[in-house]
Amino acid sequence: MAKTLFDKVWDAHLVEEMDNGPSVLYIDKHLIHEVTSPQAFQELEDRGISLFRPDQVVATADHNTPTLDQDKPVKDPLSRKQLQQLTDNCQKHGITLYGLGHQYNGIVHVMAPELGITQPGMTMVCGDSHTSTHGAFGSIAFGIGTSQVAQVFASQSLLLTKPKTMRVTVNGTLAKGVLPKDVILFIIAQIGTNAGTGYFCEYAGEVFEQMSMEGRMTVCNMSIEMGARGGMIAPDHTTFDYVQGKPYAPKGKEWEQKLAYWKTLPTDSEAVFDKEYFFDAKDIAPMVTYGTNPGMGIKIGAQIPQSDDASFAKSLKYMGLSAGQSLLDHPIDYVFIGSCTNSRIEDFRVAAQAVKGKQKAPHVVAWLVPGSKQVEVQIEQEGLKTIFEQAGFKLRQPGCSACLAMNDDKVPEGAYCVSTSNRNFEGRQGQGARTLLASPLVAAISAIEGKITAVDSYLN
Amino acid sequence: MEAFKTLISRAFPLPIEHIDTDQIIPARFLKATDKKGFGDNLFRDWRYDNNDQPNPDFVLNKTEYSGQILVAGTNFGCGSSREHAAWALTGFGFKVIVSSFFADIFKGNALNNGLLPVQVSESFLQALLQQIQKDPTTLVRVDVETQRLEVIGTDLSTGFDIDPYKKTCLINGYDDIDYLVSKHAAITAFEAKKEQTLTA
Repeated sequence: MAKTLFDKVWDAHLVEEMDNGPSVLYIDKHLIHEVTSPQAFQELEDRGISLFRPDQVVATADHNTPTLDQDKPVKDPLSRKQLQQLTDNCQKHGITLYGLGHQYNGIVHVMAPELGITQPGMTMVCGDSHTSTHGAFGSIAFGIGTSQVAQVFASQSLLLTKPKTMRVTVNGTLAKGVLPKDVILFIIAQIGTNAGTGYFCEYAGEVFEQMSMEGRMTVCNMSIEMGARGGMIAPDHTTFDYVQGKPYAPKGKEWEQKLAYWKTLPTDSEAVFDKEYFFDAKDIAPMVTYGTNPGMGIKIGAQIPQSDDASFAKSLKYMGLSAGQSLLDHPIDYVFIGSCTNSRIEDFRVAAQAVKGKQKAPHVVAWLVPGSKQVEVQIEQEGLKTIFEQAGFKLRQPGCSACLAMNDDKVPEGAYCVSTSNRNFEGRQGQGARTLLASPLVAAISAIEGKITAVDSYLN
Repeated sequence: MEAFKTLISRAFPLPIEHIDTDQIIPARFLKATDKKGFGDNLFRDWRYDNNDQPNPDFVLNKTEYSGQILVAGTNFGCGSSREHAAWALTGFGFKVIVSSFFADIFKGNALNNGLLPVQVSESFLQALLQQIQKDPTTLVRVDVETQRLEVIGTDLSTGFDIDPYKKTCLINGYDDIDYLVSKHAAITAFEAKKEQTLTA
């Protein structure tokens, strides 16, 4: 029978199916971080269960870490305690930890792919909803709650009901200045924030085939923002080239064997999805969000739509915006380039090219936060750091930072922040903060102009 | 996990759509390393003003409302996978959330904490919200075994779906972790087979 990419990976990891119930699915890699793991370790302890497969768990510190002075002790006592607990738990259970300051430290969804931990055909989980990022490699990757973190600790497996499958196909060629972030913001604005709930979503078509791994990760990352537990893109030569040679990647004969297997994974031409959407690349333009969920996005220059809905009105009130208004030239106060959505080297290359030889608007506070130590090093090696500094930007140290504002990187009440992150929820970037989601290109040029800026003038 | 069969309780109406887990429990409260105390910060930024004073307009602060049931707008629990959201709701005392749609991860997290997500039709949700707002003393009965929700003393009632396995867990207070640990032999055998076939 013809199978989808999702079916193939799912079937290869089925340990057991319960009659009229969920399946036991085997998990290849379990990524953990400081915020959603402590209660799971505690649960093992309370139940007297040992960690089943510590070699398949990799830890990093990212959510709660400062992005300045990482060589000094963490100031906030609660954050410090949480980080210390991660270190202690990893030591106790024999888990590899890339902690603060380590050359491989970084946001879990940035560091794992760049180390080759993420590979096609795998099942991967993490106590973080943006685990969908790893699906860019053709793996089944999804976020789990802390009870499930404990379950994977205890059994390297999870009890799951098989989700339905959907496919979003985008054919054609993207216009210059339209980035992967615009593609996913466009898709979510079109189909809604719960269109994917209960589904795993495959992205297919020329746009994704032509996209870099970094771009594919940006797209899959935001699958959860349309409700889909995971996103996937068929592995191809772009994927294989990216994985090959990475520290955790298979080598020699094993590489050849795995490669042959990975090539069998793409969806069969006859396979059927539970639902499908089709879009044309020419309809996609640089996007910005105006509301408090990621589906509330419009093309830059378009008008905020009208709606009688009370939740919609509440959202616009929070944002200090009105229906019918355009966001073009709307003044901004903050810019955040970072997060597991857009903090990879490609994102900083785009931003650096846009700001080269220009000056940041004096009133704009800009936070440039690399996704990992490796990205940080690369920014410096490629000379991007100098470009940023000459344009008045300061580079910070890696972490989740102002995406969820658990650390000190908080946007003040009422301030507008153009952010390359994934969520514009009320208070997400700080109490009362107003988030406008956009691509790194839009974020960078808006920092220069001090207002939401169309990309056209920066393209030549 | 505590067993859960039936509940009769008053309910809080919260007719807001797309309530994300950042509203249920803001990220700045996720620094705890145990599961205690999250109920105090449930809906923190809606419930309290910037000076930590209760916002009198927010439903949890209205004295006429009480109970262990929350009735909320569609797509409840979207966003982050933080189980802290479920801990905040149970910590406050909720046992049931009624909505016309739930986000996936939240739904799983809720069930793993004995918190029952009851999905009803949009029209039933609106009728239920109206009834509670009209009469805050309205009693709602939720029965896991018969999978029914009824508004006592009215014609309002509906069935709801629940995964049969999860239903058994809820009624008996079983956790997935017990089941998975009992499967160690099958999992180990699967690993050996997988090693040979080199899948992934």
